[in-house]
Amino acid sequence: MRPFDYTRPENLEVASQALTDGATPIAGGTNLIDLMKLQIMTPEHVVDLTRLPGLSDIDGTPDGGMRIGALVSNSVLAGDPTVRRAYPVLARALLAGASGQIRNKATTGGNLLQRTRCPYFYDTAMPCNKREPNSGCSAQGGIARMCAILGTSPECIAAHPSDMAVAMRALDAQVEIRQTSGETRTLPVGDLYLLPGDNPAKEYALEAGEVITAVILPAPVSGARQTYRKVRDRASYAFALVSVAAVVKMDGDTIESAQLAFGGIGAKPWRDTEVEDVLAGEAPSDELFAKAADVLLRDAWTEESNAFKAPLAKRTLISALRDATGLSGETHFDMGDAA
Amino acid sequence: MTRTFRMNEVQPRLLDETGQGIIGAPLVRPEGHLKVSGQATYAAEAKVENLAHGVLVRATITKGRVLRVDEAGVRDMPGVLAVHMTDERMIRNPAQGMMGESPVRDGKYIEYLGQPIGVVVADTFEQARDAAQRLKLEYSEEEAEVDPDNASETEWTDKEDYGDIDMAMDKAAHSVDEEYITAAHVAGAMEPHAAIAVWEGDKVTLHGSCQLVQFNVKELADALNIEEENVRILSPYIGGGFGSKLGISNEAVAAAIAAKDLGRPVRVVMSRQQVFDAVLRRTETTQRIRLAAEADGTLLGIEHRDRVSNLPNEGFSEPTNQATHFLYGGANRRYRQETARIHRNPSGSVRAPGEAVGMVALETAMDELAEASGVDPVELRLRNIPETHPETGLPYSARMLAECLKDGASSFGWDQRQSPRARREGDWFTGMGVASAARMNMLLPSEARVILTPTGAIVETDMTDIGTGTYAILGQIAGEMLGLPRELVEVRLGDSSFPKAAGSGGSFGAASSGSSVFLACKAIRDQIADKMGCGGDDLTLSNGLARCGNVEKKLEDLIDSDIVEVAQIKPGDTRKEAFSSGFGAHFAEVAVHAWTGEVRVKRMAGTFAAGRILNERTARSQCWGGMIWGIGTALTEAAEHDPRRGHIITRDFANYHMPAHLDVPQLDVKFLEERDDYANPIQAKGIGELGISGAGAAVTNAIYNACGVRIRKFPAHPDVVLEGLMAFD
Repeated sequence: MRPFDYTRPENLEVASQALTDGATPIAGGTNLIDLMKLQIMTPEHVVDLTRLPGLSDIDGTPDGGMRIGALVSNSVLAGDPTVRRAYPVLARALLAGASGQIRNKATTGGNLLQRTRCPYFYDTAMPCNKREPNSGCSAQGGIARMCAILGTSPECIAAHPSDMAVAMRALDAQVEIRQTSGETRTLPVGDLYLLPGDNPAKEYALEAGEVITAVILPAPVSGARQTYRKVRDRASYAFALVSVAAVVKMDGDTIESAQLAFGGIGAKPWRDTEVEDVLAGEAPSDELFAKAADVLLRDAWTEESNAFKAPLAKRTLISALRDATGLSGETHFDMGDAA
Repeated sequence: MTRTFRMNEVQPRLLDETGQGIIGAPLVRPEGHLKVSGQATYAAEAKVENLAHGVLVRATITKGRVLRVDEAGVRDMPGVLAVHMTDERMIRNPAQGMMGESPVRDGKYIEYLGQPIGVVVADTFEQARDAAQRLKLEYSEEEAEVDPDNASETEWTDKEDYGDIDMAMDKAAHSVDEEYITAAHVAGAMEPHAAIAVWEGDKVTLHGSCQLVQFNVKELADALNIEEENVRILSPYIGGGFGSKLGISNEAVAAAIAAKDLGRPVRVVMSRQQVFDAVLRRTETTQRIRLAAEADGTLLGIEHRDRVSNLPNEGFSEPTNQATHFLYGGANRRYRQETARIHRNPSGSVRAPGEAVGMVALETAMDELAEASGVDPVELRLRNIPETHPETGLPYSARMLAECLKDGASSFGWDQRQSPRARREGDWFTGMGVASAARMNMLLPSEARVILTPTGAIVETDMTDIGTGTYAILGQIAGEMLGLPRELVEVRLGDSSFPKAAGSGGSFGAASSGSSVFLACKAIRDQIADKMGCGGDDLTLSNGLARCGNVEKKLEDLIDSDIVEVAQIKPGDTRKEAFSSGFGAHFAEVAVHAWTGEVRVKRMAGTFAAGRILNERTARSQCWGGMIWGIGTALTEAAEHDPRRGHIITRDFANYHMPAHLDVPQLDVKFLEERDDYANPIQAKGIGELGISGAGAAVTNAIYNACGVRIRKFPAHPDVVLEGLMAFD
């Protein structure tokens, strides 16, 4: 960690100005402080957003959705009665992430903006294009177990680590952003993230000085079954090898609609509506789910050490859909009822 | 004067006759409240004035020489006091256990990525860390081999054959011939490696986290080129060792070098990542096991070959086949070991070196033989318990393997076990597995001083407590022998100025140091008996009272001045008369997800016989810890080496997956009543490593019983299980 200036702005305007001038924002700090200790991030100025007013509330929206302040902690959000009732996939995803201590500190905005956990990003003895542009990608030809197989580029195969963002993607969440002008804009959560392409160091569609102020969820799909399935190397406190967030609405014996997002396999929280199109209007079956998985994985690019992720993703999707459609007879799914 | 006792013949079971009644009792640790309330001073917390802070510098190449150090680039940073690079006294890696001399030293030459090659010292830890990270080095880099599968330099052990295993395989009715692969492990103790060095003239005091103090004194002195008499080590509390603190380590040598040159005490603590970079790991293994059996499953022979790895010139190779030598019978036996000399970070002793991974392979192979021969896995093991040691012909000193298997099977409900893939609840297959536990037992020289005062007793020895319960058990032994409640016995440990103990390692600590305390107390009892005017055998001591026949006196009235006795235990002839080992049996029930290959351990139980149990609570805790590491070995734990650079890339607890709470179910531990008369005068055996030995195989054998997938690559991460499940599609 290098010496840095620390300020705690009174309001968003001051914060935004500091960010425009190159400062780095901190909220829970559960990722940034680790990165600073390892000198992977070496900010000269850290702006603490945690005391900013008005960003810690969870409110209903006029259209039956929910507005989640950027500073709402992961623990508070996971335990919110409305979230548990109306967006159980989100509550489950949150509880599948990190540990109790970390969730107490981690915030909604910070969770969205956490950096990859690719081990080579954290190892300054090894080249990493995300950490040091044009130095190379060590994960390729290395241990890529935790790396992505979708949306990657020859420059970077890092996976986005968030569980929360995967659920939000399945829920069609929007990210509310305060621009430097003071105006607010919104982005679908999927558009917040940039694919690595030839510049993996550029990760977000945010301009200098912009601050995430909230995440807005649309009204829950009435009567849809929601589930979050996360497969990992131990039962808790591990990042996903593969995770699936599913919001599935049945119409009698056929699938009316399915909203699916994936973690652990994408360069960003992954969603592919063509997968959902395969399912809509069809009767659930293992064969149908396998077909959907094949569409999901049609462009998968794997390393030797993460080739297993393709079959694992396929089977995890089948398993999640068996539960969400009732095919497995599993009754532990949650209904996303209106708030 | 030290009384030395050699274990040349079986001794009476005095601890079964004494009157205090606390030996074996599940008493809480006397220092437990200090530890959980932050008052126990671990190495880095010793109160030392004027402390400077050192941070180790990490080599970022695998092999080569440091050409240039840009000292000037950091020398003027705020707070920076010194940059110690390319010092010839810097050790390459921690010493192997009981080495008693410095490991390889050469401050300029790098043999693994992550090697600590220097230390930067500053007024504050943060300043030192910043400077250490910014320090620029230039290297001349050399080619380095890091892949054990393709190493050009390998060493083979001598041939070790009994009978003719090839012939046995030819005539076997049932046989197994399989390869097993286990992952490297790292002992990431809760307390990372830490040291504070304080010099007074030519004498250095090291507040360290050291398992084997008397050896660590020699190692540090040798590394620093100073006399042993000038080194004192204080290691009263150790936040876990698991073998990684057996030998003096880089942080201790660096702290001593820096403190001497600076004329000021220096603290060096490894970061978690540095622990994974530099401490001695458990080697990855590739093992091949051949079993030859008659129609009824009786073994005709066993072959155990294995390939391990270590750095060049490092004198340790994981004794993978250690339990294979004595656990099961069969006249035809063969062992071969190959050590690949590669530039991964060095390997050494990690909890139950040998058994921890060797038994995973052996006990899986036995499960495969049970399947092949159609004999129940418990029954197969019972049939193959040899009368005498199959290679030396020695009798076993005390061996309740059969009783452990039977008792465990009965209480676990083994008779409910079904054939593979027969039990399925929803998408979860369920099954049971068994494995034997065995960890050979050792007695090492160990010395202790016991002082009986009018108000209580004091035990002093440089023995250590690495979280295992040494304070508890030595207090119990002394209290039991001297007729005192444990609260009146003060135990002082981990100071090299005390009598030299065996230290904590190889599960030999409790029985060896416990025997020395026992012997010193026995000598004190003889003195009390004299004062009472009776023979030692007629003396009863309890709750501060001495009784001989009809005479009863208060201990305090018998003692006009402190009675001091120093005693040493040494191994003797009994080890040539009988073979001593702890034994046990593990049972596990697991669920395997049919689609994803996820495994959940639903229940696990261990039944153990390890001689006299000195404290049932701390003994149980040891077994829990071992069984949990067994779950980790089976399912979660792997140090992943970069295929090009050789270093471990899973360098923190987020990426190195030891079992989390959710991975560990209720663990039932039961001890069978046993005394091992040949082991030592207190009839106890080691228990710290018995719990891990074989444990992982019980879990993976249960996976086979659940879903029909045989695990031969450890850990059984979801993808490993999935590959097997897909074969059924």
